[in-house]
Amino acid sequence: MSSENYHEPQELLSEGTKNLHRAIVSLREELEAVDWYQQRAEATSDPELKAILLHNKREEIEHAMMVLEWLRRNDASFAENIATYINSAGPITEVEKGQQAGEGGAATTGSTSLGVGSLKGEM
Amino acid sequence: MDLLKRELAPITSEAWEQIDAEAARVLKLHLAGRRLVDFSGPHGWRKAAVNTGRLKHIEPSAPDKVAHAIRDVLPLVEVRGNFLLEKLELDYAARGADDLDLDAVIAAAERVARAEDSAIFRGFPAGGIVGMIEASPHAPVEVKTPSEWPRAVSRAKEALRLAGIDGPYALAAGPTAYAELTSEGDDGYPLRKRLQESIAEGSLVWAPALEEGAVLLSTRGGDYELTVGQDLAVGYAGHDKDKVELFITESFTFRVLETKAAVLLKRVSGS
Repeated sequence: MSSENYHEPQELLSEGTKNLHRAIVSLREELEAVDWYQQRAEATSDPELKAILLHNKREEIEHAMMVLEWLRRNDASFAENIATYINSAGPITEVEKGQQAGEGGAATTGSTSLGVGSLKGEM
Repeated sequence: MDLLKRELAPITSEAWEQIDAEAARVLKLHLAGRRLVDFSGPHGWRKAAVNTGRLKHIEPSAPDKVAHAIRDVLPLVEVRGNFLLEKLELDYAARGADDLDLDAVIAAAERVARAEDSAIFRGFPAGGIVGMIEASPHAPVEVKTPSEWPRAVSRAKEALRLAGIDGPYALAAGPTAYAELTSEGDDGYPLRKRLQESIAEGSLVWAPALEEGAVLLSTRGGDYELTVGQDLAVGYAGHDKDKVELFITESFTFRVLETKAAVLLKRVSGS
């Protein structure tokens, strides 16, 4: 149960934060499953089992991406960073710097959004 | 440089931090619609319209001509609330002041939040936005006195259920409605506690833009969608030797996907 991983009393957490927690835990579980299937597929000597395990691994990646898309739609910081890094070109560690240079040095003037995003569930 | 042009402003990073933090705080406090409807975005400045999947202006043609139809899209609306700040005051932030006079930021944030919520609840015809109140086919439930609120909410919920609209439900209450609901009833028992038979605890949302009363709506999802291009941000408009002009902006549109999912509770004069 994902609630076992709460670090703060549940009564202090909004529904929005709880949903974010659920999504993050789900994403972690899906990615762990990808790792496990990859290792098992590589280790097995049975070709048919290997094919099944690799198929399952691809399914888990699909699940992970669905959760990641939910995070993008519901958390402005995820959206901002996904927009920065996903489908970028060149050295990944240079992407943010390149974008800021293109924006005329936004790093010194702060974020281009206040990060309000969705407030659904926050009553 | 992006459309916000923040790097052109004669403002220190310390002052920007305080301006942004105050704007975000006030916006989150005043925005009611975002607590209740589905959210798509932020998609950035380049997002210009939402595809409705429909055609309009369909013109049939004679057999020897070509028929034309135009794709129906909902354009995003850009809102901008400008405000002025004293440069001298802003520079105090770099000297360690953490209590800048940001009343102008607060007022602008309230105006922008009201513009977004007004479009969500009441619509914005110039932008093609139909609000959830005007889209609703349900007759408004009239509330003549504060003590009528619990029964009115119950009636509104019944109307939603009869229309096949599942919960959970939430009540967005305007300033008057919220004040009445959070005050004590004639017997000293808070009226909001009497709403618990209709809506879950914590499903009452303060909606300052809803001056006409309150709206009971389903928050199950799939009924209302707020699409945001550029999410709320502070940008730079210009400056002279004393003052800096900034603005709070965003681009958005709003769609009602299920008209029957909201009921207006209208506060009418009684007492």
